[in-house]
Amino acid sequence: MSDRLAVNRPLAHDSAAKHVAGEAVYIDDMPEPSRCLEVYVAWADRAHARLLKLDLDAVRRASGVVAVVTTDDIPGHTDISPVGRHDEPVFAAETVQFWGQALFAVAACDVHTARRAAGLAVIAYEDLEPRLDVDAARAAEDYVWPPAHFVRGDTEAGLARATRRLDGRVTMGGQDHFYLEGHVALAIPGEDGDMTVFSSTQHPSEVQHMVAHVLGIPSNSVTVEVRRMGGGFGGKETQSNLFACVAALVARKTSRPAKCRLDRDDDMIMTGKRHDFTVDYKLGFDDDGRIEAVDMHFASRCGYSADLSGPINDRALFHADNCYFYPDVSLLCHPCRTNMASATAFRGFGGPQGMVAAERVIEEIAIACGLDPLEVRKRNFYGDGERAITPYHMTIEDNVIERVVAEVEKDSDYWTKRDAVRRFNAENRWQKKGLALTPVKFGISFTMTAYNQAGALVHIYKDGSVHLNHGGTEMGQGLFVKVAQVVAEELQLPLERIKITATTTAKVPNTSATAASSGSDLNGMAAQAAARTLRDRLTAFAAEQHQAEPSEVYWLPGRIAVKGNEIAFADLVHDAYMARIPLSATGFYKTPEIHWDRAAGRGKPFYYFAYGAACSEVTIDTLTGEYRVDRVDIVHDVGRSLNPAIDAGQIEGGFIQGMGWLTTEELVWDEQGRLRTHAPSTYKIPTCADRPEIFNLRLLENENPKATIHRSKAVGEPPLMLAISVWQALSDAVAATADHQHPARLDPPATPEKVLMAIGRLAEIEATKEAAE
Amino acid sequence: MTAIANDEPGLEIETVVNGAPVRARVAVRQSLVDWLRDDLGLTGSHVGCEHGVCGACTVVVDGVCVRGCLMLAVQADGASIETIEGASASGRLAALQEAFYTRAALQCGFCTPGMLLTAAELLAGDDKPDRETIREALSGNYCRCTGYQAIIDAVEAASTSEKR
Ligand code: FES
Ligand code: FES
Repeated sequence: MSDRLAVNRPLAHDSAAKHVAGEAVYIDDMPEPSRCLEVYVAWADRAHARLLKLDLDAVRRASGVVAVVTTDDIPGHTDISPVGRHDEPVFAAETVQFWGQALFAVAACDVHTARRAAGLAVIAYEDLEPRLDVDAARAAEDYVWPPAHFVRGDTEAGLARATRRLDGRVTMGGQDHFYLEGHVALAIPGEDGDMTVFSSTQHPSEVQHMVAHVLGIPSNSVTVEVRRMGGGFGGKETQSNLFACVAALVARKTSRPAKCRLDRDDDMIMTGKRHDFTVDYKLGFDDDGRIEAVDMHFASRCGYSADLSGPINDRALFHADNCYFYPDVSLLCHPCRTNMASATAFRGFGGPQGMVAAERVIEEIAIACGLDPLEVRKRNFYGDGERAITPYHMTIEDNVIERVVAEVEKDSDYWTKRDAVRRFNAENRWQKKGLALTPVKFGISFTMTAYNQAGALVHIYKDGSVHLNHGGTEMGQGLFVKVAQVVAEELQLPLERIKITATTTAKVPNTSATAASSGSDLNGMAAQAAARTLRDRLTAFAAEQHQAEPSEVYWLPGRIAVKGNEIAFADLVHDAYMARIPLSATGFYKTPEIHWDRAAGRGKPFYYFAYGAACSEVTIDTLTGEYRVDRVDIVHDVGRSLNPAIDAGQIEGGFIQGMGWLTTEELVWDEQGRLRTHAPSTYKIPTCADRPEIFNLRLLENENPKATIHRSKAVGEPPLMLAISVWQALSDAVAATADHQHPARLDPPATPEKVLMAIGRLAEIEATKEAAE
Repeated sequence: MTAIANDEPGLEIETVVNGAPVRARVAVRQSLVDWLRDDLGLTGSHVGCEHGVCGACTVVVDGVCVRGCLMLAVQADGASIETIEGASASGRLAALQEAFYTRAALQCGFCTPGMLLTAAELLAGDDKPDRETIREALSGNYCRCTGYQAIIDAVEAASTSEKR
């Protein structure tokens, strides 16, 4: 147990007591203000078409309709591209660019009336050919963002020199966020044209900016607030903008409060998802499985607009090495424009997709060389000197992957289990087992350097109670309790004395999204700085009062000691107030050291890396393709944990979410570009019954060598990629059906159908071989 | 919002909600969970999918867990309804609540009320369910955050707790 008062302790989530009583308030639970309208956003049922006619007369006339809002009702800008590309209209204008694109909004006293009325619109389209695949986009060279290219060494020469050569392609699916609370915003008009918006968003400052932008008013007229989200996972980083803006437009037009809440189908149809990727790879390696050269060409379906696709595609490249040193390497990525909802941030932000490609490389080499994949992994780990340099020319200084993997190897008893799996597979014809131990190295920081800043605001009231606010948002990840722990530690107060308050743009301005796993790194430091300012003021005051040096003032739990006197915190605060010491302070933090030159493909984009490894054991049924995950062992590096209970929850949850992405969660678009899996009846996230029977998790004994908040490490995203071990174990089991003679080439999501097809493919190869003999 | 639109027929129902009699006129197409949330302000039951899949809207009707999004308010005529608010106030969830609290079996909390009511139903019928049984019983309640590990731990812990 920690000797600290508040940090390093497994304290409960700040809202836990409210959650178990059903008392925690989400935006849709807030009492609606009087005369509140409900808004339905009507969308296009074409993936690509010219909008010839949009006749809304019947909608306007429908009983119960209070207002209809179209592009013509937008007083300010009609575009809400979060990256200033002007490619994201609030409502489709001349051209519809994806199935589900917003056309207009209807407001009524209840959303059902509004939705029914929307159906009365008379719309005429001229259909255009929808573009749905990366090959067509590449042929047209139509990218939502300039392609990135990371190069080190001479890849062509490296490939030519290599003892062995191998080419292949891996495709991987996207993922719907499926936050249990869908998108929702409540806009309340105020005097002077002001607007207050309660938005379920990870990025209140951006919502504020966008609402101001569409209303044509300055940001200081808009306040955005969010107390909590019912899950975010990246899906509420930019995707909340539209619904907040629509609610605000209705509120502006009608001078009445307006709420826009999506039902599940509309949410899945209208909003962006994780990017799917196709990766073509060329590998050079030697007989011992050592990588000599890697050439990878990534392409993703970004949907119709840029959104965050630029940095997401970059992050795929940043993680296409995972933990492995590539002597000669070329990594190229094409962010392709397609007629789909604009793909967006999702936990890992492209990193998982890069890592899947890296692990496919290892799988291929292991099969080709007849080696255990774990052996191949170890032989290619980053090392020292020249072998510590990434494809983007950053030197890795904090590598602990060998230690992490060694611990998982031991915990899972890998080699004994490998023998057991081999025996099982020899003895069983219809069931096969698979085993895989995969590592994770994930870079921490926003690759856009400017985003790595945060602010906080701390007040101490006369009674000694403390009010805490910062720019981070709470989506369940436990950020609020972690930051409160930091402040409690600084002021040596019990956690209950720190009031956690809703994120609002009125208290801390110009914040970054709560994303990139950076929430506690950035906001923890900012809050610590604010608390430290107050503590320093109180220390100086106490020293002066007792004719002591500040160094003679000691902070003890709930009190200070100075020159033999002990003064309770509340008394100290009261005296300080009487002496006119300011008891409110802001804090600010910016991450040091980082820089990135995208054009050159060089820099230090990450302050540090988080590491982890997982070993998964699976059993597949070769007749049906069905499978189960028997056991998982994880060791994960969170530095010195701020809150081990919260961190364990992030790791468990991230793992299962990653497992869903790689196994059962399959998004299907038809040839017309219509998403066919837009409800939980057809889109399967993991349930309780899908989780591994045995699940062992340990936090690595480590501390961050960098001066992060109490030497902790970010934990939001990295664990998601531990689930790659499940996919690799499934591949291993499939390969076992043909005695590991061929790679399984099982492309995620590895649904039972895909497993069955992969088994079929191997059987065919074997049959052809036999026929030839 | 009270969802009796101008042109929509309403019906009078008589129910008991969390122990108190409630007489109300409800829209015939209004779901039970919408009525509880919008008209009675019982917002502890959440709406996650409106498809009967996620379990966030779970409420207890005449002693049985149902999906509040799949049942119409008019169907509750004559029934006794218990929501998370009532179950919590009654104290019958105390052991589970404490276990969820101490084992960090929640993150965003959106699934929590439904999980608790479903778990309570399991424990009412099975004193010492094994983990397999718990997994099975909760497999109709989605949680996107926790990965379920802590939830199963918590239900298992609650089943052996003295508070029961
Ligand atoms: S909202 Fe009723 S089951 Fe999902
Ligand atoms: S805690 Fe978020 S859905 Fe379960």
